[in-house]
Amino acid sequence: MKASAFSYIKPSTVQETLALLAAHGEGAKLLSGGQSLMPALNLRLSAPEWLIDIGGLDDLRGISVSDGVLRIGAITRHVELLRSSEVADNAPLLAQAMAHVAHPAIRNKGTLGGNLAHADPASEMPACIVALDAVLVARNAQRERRIPATEFFTGVYETVLAPDEMLMAIEVPVAKPGQVHFFHEYCRRSGDYAIVGLAASAVVEGDRFADLRLGFFAVGDRPLLAEAASELIGKPVDAAALAAAQAALARELDPQEDQQASALMRRHMARQLMSLCVATLLRRPDLEIRRSA
Amino acid sequence: MTAPVAIQLTVNGERVEAQVLPRLNLADFLRDQLGLTGTHVGCEHGVCGACTVRVEGEIVRACLLLAVQTQGMAVETIEGLSDSGEVADLQAAFRTRNALQCGYCTPAMLMTAQDLLRYEASPDREQIREHLSGNYCRCTGYHAIIDAVEATAQARRGETS
Repeated sequence: MKASAFSYIKPSTVQETLALLAAHGEGAKLLSGGQSLMPALNLRLSAPEWLIDIGGLDDLRGISVSDGVLRIGAITRHVELLRSSEVADNAPLLAQAMAHVAHPAIRNKGTLGGNLAHADPASEMPACIVALDAVLVARNAQRERRIPATEFFTGVYETVLAPDEMLMAIEVPVAKPGQVHFFHEYCRRSGDYAIVGLAASAVVEGDRFADLRLGFFAVGDRPLLAEAASELIGKPVDAAALAAAQAALARELDPQEDQQASALMRRHMARQLMSLCVATLLRRPDLEIRRSA
Repeated sequence: MTAPVAIQLTVNGERVEAQVLPRLNLADFLRDQLGLTGTHVGCEHGVCGACTVRVEGEIVRACLLLAVQTQGMAVETIEGLSDSGEVADLQAAFRTRNALQCGYCTPAMLMTAQDLLRYEASPDREQIREHLSGNYCRCTGYHAIIDAVEATAQARRGETS
């Protein structure tokens, strides 16, 4: 299908963009990489009156590190993030996960801010920034505010962003010494959205977790920072502790059923990912659930 | 403002000036206004990869880019790559290996394979699969396509397959 008619404008400054958003509100959509918006337009799931192309706002582009924070401009493209040594060194989880986001031709256009604002619950990046305790910087014509990633996502394709607000940047705390990460997703084909996935960040001290943040995706209407992780922190982990954590996880999950998987299958996969994550990060292969032959 | 917008760009090295509606995507612009029908339109929402073209030297989905967004940019299509001879060996390898049947996915397969071979002289089969994973073929199957890309990489390195 083809997109329905809209008006197009390409502002050259942030101020101008925010004024346009203030004027048009719900009737306008920001066009960044367009890799989620354009499908929605072509399928007529979305039909805004105005498209505001922010591709020319260089203030929103780029990756930098200062004062223990990795700052990624909202319209930084996936391919730039994937190739960035700053990202690889300071947020290796993002670099590893990005390789699983769609395909090269999509990553050449898609942007981090666009991906996050789109808020697809099966998308990798939202779970990553939740696991990494990142902060999103948003601005409207009056003020700038900083939103913890854990509070940003409110539902399927829904965030706390107001119609007059624009994402400016994403700030990720630089990985500390001893911080490790895990990423795995189950999907039918390379580049597909996950059936279930897990992005995790942890600090391991000896045989235990000093910290563990488990960001599950495609298990509900938004990325889930699993509280069940608390069952695994600060103590030696054995099979019983892991089982208790998996039981706690099951109580938190609210997976959807769709053509890819039943809710039951998603619950199983989430448990499986938890054990794989714990076994990998603690180097305890005995804790990984093996599928029976 | 839903009226046509003037754009200037280069397509396969030639300067193009046109009036386009904002909602017109690049694939439809290339096909309908410029007559460059080698860029195919399959799913129109970024899944099948049949509309892959190069913009500013990088492969993109032409169905997920508005023609107005290409203002001032350099667009290359399969016609350009074909006429310049850039993919002549790859095209020959596709023929030799029967790596196409209906041919619908082929221009974009060539576009994407060439994108890999420009940056990776010695891709293994897994890398080839990964790079082509966003391009669907609904008839010939993928093995012959992987074979053709692998053989072209070998030949470009001066090895015989």
